[in-house]
Order: sequence, then C-alpha cells, then structure tokens
Amino acid sequence: MNALLETGARTWRETRKTFKILSRNKMGLLGFIGVIVIVFLSFGGPFIWPPETSANIADINQGISDRHWLGTDFQGQDNLRKVINGGKDIVTIAFLTGIIATLIAVTVGSFSAFIGGRVDSVLMELVNIWLTIPKFPLLAVLATVLKLNDIVTLSILIAMLDWPGLSRQVRSQVLSLKRRDYIEAATMLDLGAPHIVFREILPNMMSFIAISMIFTMTHAIYQQTGLVFLGIVPYSSANWGVMISAAERRAVLYNPQATWSILAPMGAIVLFQLALVSFARSLDEVFNPRLRTSV
Amino acid sequence: MANPIITLEHVTRTFRVKRETIKAVDDVSLDIHEGEIVCLVGESGCGKTTTGKMLAGVLPISAGKILYRGKDIARLSGRDHKQFRLGVQMIHQDPYASLNPAHTIAAIIAAPLQHHGLTRGEAQTQARVRELLALVDLTPPDDFLEKFPHQLSGGQRQRVSIARALTVNPSFIVADEAVSMVDVSIRISLLNTLTKLKTAMGLGVLFITHDLALAKYFAWEGRVGVMYLGRLVELAPARQLVEQPQHPYTQVLLSAIPEADPEITRHKRRIELRSMDVPSLLRLPTGCAFHPRCPQFLGATCERDVPELLAAHGARVACHLVSRQ
Amino acid sequence: MQPTLSVQNLSIEYQARRGRVQAIRNVSFEVHRGEALALIGESGSGKTTLGLGIVQLLPSTAKITQGKALYRRDTLTLDALTLQGKALREFRWKECAMVFQSALNALNPVLRIADQFGDTAKAHGYLQGRALQERAEQLLRMVRLDPERVWKSFPHELSGGMRQRVLIALGLLLEPQLLILDEPTTALDILTQRNIMDVLKELRAKLDFALIFISHDLSLAAELADRVATVYAGKIVEIADVATTFQDPHHPYTIGLINAVPTLRGAKEDLTSIPGSPPDLIELPPGCKFHPRCPLADYRCREQEPELEPIKPGHAVACWQWRSARAAMEKFRS
Repeated sequence: MNALLETGARTWRETRKTFKILSRNKMGLLGFIGVIVIVFLSFGGPFIWPPETSANIADINQGISDRHWLGTDFQGQDNLRKVINGGKDIVTIAFLTGIIATLIAVTVGSFSAFIGGRVDSVLMELVNIWLTIPKFPLLAVLATVLKLNDIVTLSILIAMLDWPGLSRQVRSQVLSLKRRDYIEAATMLDLGAPHIVFREILPNMMSFIAISMIFTMTHAIYQQTGLVFLGIVPYSSANWGVMISAAERRAVLYNPQATWSILAPMGAIVLFQLALVSFARSLDEVFNPRLRTSV
Repeated sequence: MANPIITLEHVTRTFRVKRETIKAVDDVSLDIHEGEIVCLVGESGCGKTTTGKMLAGVLPISAGKILYRGKDIARLSGRDHKQFRLGVQMIHQDPYASLNPAHTIAAIIAAPLQHHGLTRGEAQTQARVRELLALVDLTPPDDFLEKFPHQLSGGQRQRVSIARALTVNPSFIVADEAVSMVDVSIRISLLNTLTKLKTAMGLGVLFITHDLALAKYFAWEGRVGVMYLGRLVELAPARQLVEQPQHPYTQVLLSAIPEADPEITRHKRRIELRSMDVPSLLRLPTGCAFHPRCPQFLGATCERDVPELLAAHGARVACHLVSRQ
Repeated sequence: MQPTLSVQNLSIEYQARRGRVQAIRNVSFEVHRGEALALIGESGSGKTTLGLGIVQLLPSTAKITQGKALYRRDTLTLDALTLQGKALREFRWKECAMVFQSALNALNPVLRIADQFGDTAKAHGYLQGRALQERAEQLLRMVRLDPERVWKSFPHELSGGMRQRVLIALGLLLEPQLLILDEPTTALDILTQRNIMDVLKELRAKLDFALIFISHDLSLAAELADRVATVYAGKIVEIADVATTFQDPHHPYTIGLINAVPTLRGAKEDLTSIPGSPPDLIELPPGCKFHPRCPLADYRCREQEPELEPIKPGHAVACWQWRSARAAMEKFRS
C-alpha cells in the first residue's frame, strides 16, 4: 500500500515536472495543446456535431459566413463539421504508424548496433537496398493489390515502408552510446546485455525516439492523404484526404467559390503537422535530466 | 611474497589501421600483488591506457598471457570468469562520461548490488549504498542519493565511480588518468581516498598517469613503470625511479618536467634530446625505439637490437647502456 | 614606464538559462613591456573569460558590464574594449596576438602553412612575397621549427606541439606588443610542453613583448612567469612576483593550491586538498567567495568581501586574514 502511494506520488511529481518544462517552451506548449485539441476534436467532436446525412442544395459551395465558418462543399454540407468528422482515421493511422515504425526501427537498429560484426553489415545492407526503393509508388501499387479497407492494415503497410531510414539513425545513436565509458563500466560490472540495453542505453535515447516517432507520424499523414487523394484507398469514410480529393474533382475545378472546401481539410492537415513538429521540438527538453532537475 | 593478483606475460596488442598493423603494446611483462600500487607513466600513445584496458578484461590481447590469481583470463569460465570479471574494476578518466546521465546516484550504485544479489531487499540495498558513499567520503550520503551526475562536481563524480566499482568487492582497480580531469585543488584528496581504500581493503591498484610527480606521490610505497612507444622501458620503486632514474628516457622526462617552485624549476639541469620528432607507431625505429632521440645513443647496438627489460640495481631497465654496465 | 596593458575594474557577465553568470568581477591588473604575467586558477574561475574579454572574442551571451583595458604603445593609447570593426581587427593582430586553448584546431585545414602566413599578412597590408617569407622563416626558426619542412605543409601533417608553435609564430608575425596564451601547454606531452616553454622563454628574451598566460598549471607559472595573479571566482585574490607567490603566499587559496600540488623533488610531501569545490558563478556565496572552503573563515569573511589590497610593494592580497594566513594554514595542515 505504502509503495503504491509512493509510486503514485512520484508519478504525480514527474508529471508536474514535465508540464513545467513544457510550459517554458512556448512553441512546444502550443504544439502540445494543438495536438491535444485536434485529437480531442477528432474523437469527441463527432458526438457533438455528427456528420450531416443529406445534401443541402440551397447551400452548395458557399464561402465563409456566420453560419458556415469554413464555407460549404459541393453537397452544401458544412466544411467545419466535415473536418471535425474526418480527423479520426488520419489521427489513428498517424499514431499507429508512428508506433509500429518506431518499434521496428528501434528493435532492428539497436540489435544491429549491439551485435555488430557481420549481422550488422548484412542488416544495414538490406536497409540500404530498402531505402533506394521509391516508397510512394510502391505504396500505391501495394495498396491496390492489398485492397485496403481497414486502418490497421494501412498503418502497418505505411510503417513497413517508413522504418528503414529511422533504423539507421537508431543504429548510429546506439553505436555512439555504446562507446561511452559508463557502458564499459556496466560491462565490467557484468550487469548483462538486457540491463545495458534497457537501463543504460535506451533512457538516453528517449527524446530521440519520441522525436523520431513524431516525424514518422507526419510522414504517415502525408502518405495516407496522398493515397486517398489519388483514390487508391477506397472512400470508405469521410476523412481529410477524401475531402481534398472530392473538392478537387467535383468543385474547385469548375467553381472558384469552392476554394474553402479544399482549404479547410488542407488547413487541418497543416495545423496537425505544425502542432506535432513544434511539440517534438520541446521533447528534447522534457527528457533532458539536466533540465528536469532544475525545475 | 604472496602470489600476484595480476600477471602480465609478454602481453602484446596490435591494431589494424588502414591495412597497416601498429603495435600499441609490445611485449609487456609485469606482476602486481595484493595491496600493491603500480603506476604506469608515459606520454600519449605509449600504450599505458591500452595496457590498463587489457588488464581490466575489456580489450582482448593479441599475444601473450594475462593471469588473474594465476589463471589465464582468456580461458576462464563459469565461476572463475565471474570472479575475475567482478574482481577487476576500472575508474575512467572522464568523470563527465563515466556516469549515466539518466540515473540518480542511488540508482547507479544500487544496480550492481541488486543485479548480483549482493544485498537482500530494498532496505538493505539502500543501507549499502549509503555505506559505500560514506566510504568514498561523499558525506553525508543522503545529500547525494537523489542527485543526478550533472549536479555533482568532477571530483564528486569520480568518487561515485569509485563507489560503483566497490559494489562488487573487487580485489584490483585500474585507475586510468582518474584525476587528470579533476580540479588541481582536490586531486590529492581523491588520491588519498584511493590510498585509504587500498589499505583498508587490500586492493591492488594500477594507476595510469602522464604526471610523474603525481605518480611519485601516489605510488610512494609502490612501483612506477615508464612506457615508451608500447614498451615498458623502466620499472622501479617510486622513490628510486625519481631519484636515480636509469633509462635515458626516464632521465629526459624527469629533467623536462617543470616544478611548482621557481627556484627549483629554473635551475634544473635539462637533458636535450637528439631529436624532437616523436616516431609514428606505424614506422617504429628499429632496435631500441628511443634510439633516434636518445641523448646517450651508443650506435649500432641500439639501432639493431631491441633491449630487454633486465634487472639492474634493484630496478628493471630496458637499455643497452645499462645492461652493459 | 607606462604599462603595455592596464585592465581597470573589468566585469564580465554571461546570461545563462539559470541566471546571470558573474564570470569576472571588478578585476584590475597591469602588464609591462617584457613582463610575463600568469593568471592561475581552476576551471570555472573565469580566467579564460578574462583573456577572451580583452580581445573582445566573448560569445554573444556575454557582456562587459564595466571596466577598461587600456593598451599603450609609444604615444598610442586606446581602450581595447571599445574598439570596433577595422580598428578591432588591427588591434587583434598588430597590437595583441592571442593563442587559445582550442587553437590546436585554429589553423585552416585546407591551407598550407605558407598560405596561412600569406593571408594574415595580406589582410593587414603587411610584407608580401620574399620579404614575408624571410620574416616568417625567421619566426619559425625562433619557435624551433624547421622552415623547410613546415612552410609547405598542411596543418594535419604537423603534430600538436608543432601546430601550437606555428600559431605562436603566426601570432607574432605582425610584431604585436602583447601576447595572450590560454593554457599553452595543456593537452601536450611532457617533452612537447618542455619544448614550448623553452621556445616561449627564448622569444621573450629576443622580442621583448608583454605576455599574459592563463593556466591551471602552477608549475608552468613557476617556470615562465615574472608575476602571478591567482584568480578565484572571477576575481584576482592575490598578485605578486613569482618568488613571493611560491615562497611567501598570503591568500589561503594560493597557499592551498601550492600545498595541493605534488613535486618531483624530495620525499613524499604532506599534501592536502582544498576542501569543497569552486563556487557556482551564478549563485556566489556572500562575503569572501572562498570562505566556504577556507579553514580560517570567520564572521567577517562570511559577510564582507575583501578587496585586493597592497600589503607590500608589488604584492596585493584580497583576504581579511592575510596577516595570520600563512602561520594559520601551516598549523591547520599538521
């Protein structure tokens, strides 16, 4: 019981510290709030503002107004409401891809660096070959073959294409950390490989890993909206990619008034990316023990 | 005397550099006994750190043998290997790189205790951590437990490194330039702590340094070995080495070192070298590696034959001139 | 005779994340022509900042908050801290040369030594061609380098000690009257250190410039300096001629430092470290900055900071206890 309380108190202290550090970096804090707001709106928003089910012929392709803050689309539906309803898939795929790709990259990269020798050479040669393949066309081809209907499969597919670059970076990080004197000390104290990897090396890579994960997420967002835009992934649900694609085909080409229909989802994507990137910037400070102890 | 803890028998270490082979350490033999201090001194590239790392078992040797309590460390297995692995610990030079920045001092010292089951339960571990901190003169220990390495000074970090090494009850410590990055005003107290521990625990210590005055101070009752380009050129009791150096290289070194006393340092007799160029390890001179610079160069013998480390007047010296006398 | 450089009430601060770093606090000293002044102190004492400040090479986060550095040559007098643009560039080479600790990498790696000399000369409208080469060869010989070998070499073809000497020669090219060296022998091997020390001694005898060198190494000061200033927590706490500094120091910190350094001569000495560590320059203790480490500190030391005061001609100490310090420290040791 006591131990539980202590752990609770410690977690609370650490969380407060994290927020204190976050709040010192304005851009980082803004990014963090941005990410939270977007995630919250994408998942909670649809309950408050459910998607419109019918078209409004009277309101087709309107500009911004009091009633429609971001204008309306070719069916006369409110763009803002569509943006809110179209974020869930994008956000989910971004997070899933980020997690899967980072997991693979960290495992392969640190394994390769840690074992070294021939295993390392072979693995990195494979990664190099993988890196020379043009990703997006391959993704497009695979997406058509695999009949992607669910977000998990799509996330895995994007992650499979995204991890190699990251794994090279992880490898070089581990290689540099591996040469530190404190690793040699741990070896001499015979603390064993698991301890060295999980207690000595990984804690010093957390900021790097978190930042890399966020950048993988930004990649994933572009790739999936790209796929949807090209129409390779079926229009199963309304998301920002679908919105851009529909607006481009059905409205903007013929009707300059419909610009808002394309700007709204694009703006959402840009905002999400911006929030992620600014948040990533401040992560370095969050994980730095030097800064943690000075708050 | 009892059997040595560490024995180096004709130890050699080569490295491959761009398809060429260099001998970082060449044919070094040395015994170190329980509770004995041996200092290795020499300039950069003389092989002193490489020797220390081989002895600590973190760098494989290329030829020769290293014995730990009489057993070849390359052939140890099971319990013997573990005994060696934990029995020999090292203090690194850079206090800013030798402690993991992500962990508190308490966590750093507790890790080996818990991993090897040297303490039972959290309470006992904490008690032992405090005890070790007090042992290395980090008092009161409670002030240090929750600190991170960056909150400590260089000298304090080195003490933490020593405490960490002591967790596994080693019998031998390799200290690689352990005080060279610590402020001048606190070096001595760090050395005094090491001396105290040596005496209390019967530790053998190999102290690697480029500072002969420091070596003399620390190894006053022990021995000092001088290395030049991978070879041990002179090994003598500390006092004898500074007062009656026999190898010309040791003599040159001693005459070159400035002293913290203007009277002494400005009137010291200087020995001039024949050449200021330090030979590259890639193209070592033939015979005695010191011959192109040696002020007492004898000619053909020095150019042709590698001098052996032979007993001479209570020391061991590798020089043709000395062996002739 | 007027001093070549006279630093007056110089204070330098840095802005760090945690607060203001008071790197140099109200420092004054003088160096005369032909004289060598050693600034000794531990890492973080502010001694390097002092050197950088005189030539205005401080990082952008640093600010000179007060003081002057008056430089004199013949009839010329100028305040080095107010110079800007072209005047500052000219001061840095023609009047005052500096070789800093990181200077081992200060030579442009893609230029031959000859071109390094050529560029410097050209930038300041100095000798060219044959005349320049003759002057450079003369300087290289003075720093005990073989001009034949060095002149056409790239920096990476030279050893650390050789590069250090090339830099010294390069610094002296425009015949400056003041040379500032920051840790000139740190990171060099014993025999190379000896060589640099001998070179510096010869240069001083031949060229008669004023020399300021910054070092944590007491023995270097003992070997080379005419006067020694001990720097602690951004302040000069004692300044005296070299013999007095080592034989009759009066500040407990200077005494402590000397007692902490082993020598080669004689039996194993009774050495003692100074307890504690140098203060945090952001949160300096009140009163004398050395009091937390000083065995002699009393209530006054804890409250009032002593200023540097002359106690004998040429010897000044900043310590309330200077009269009894030597005897008391001696007692404290045993």
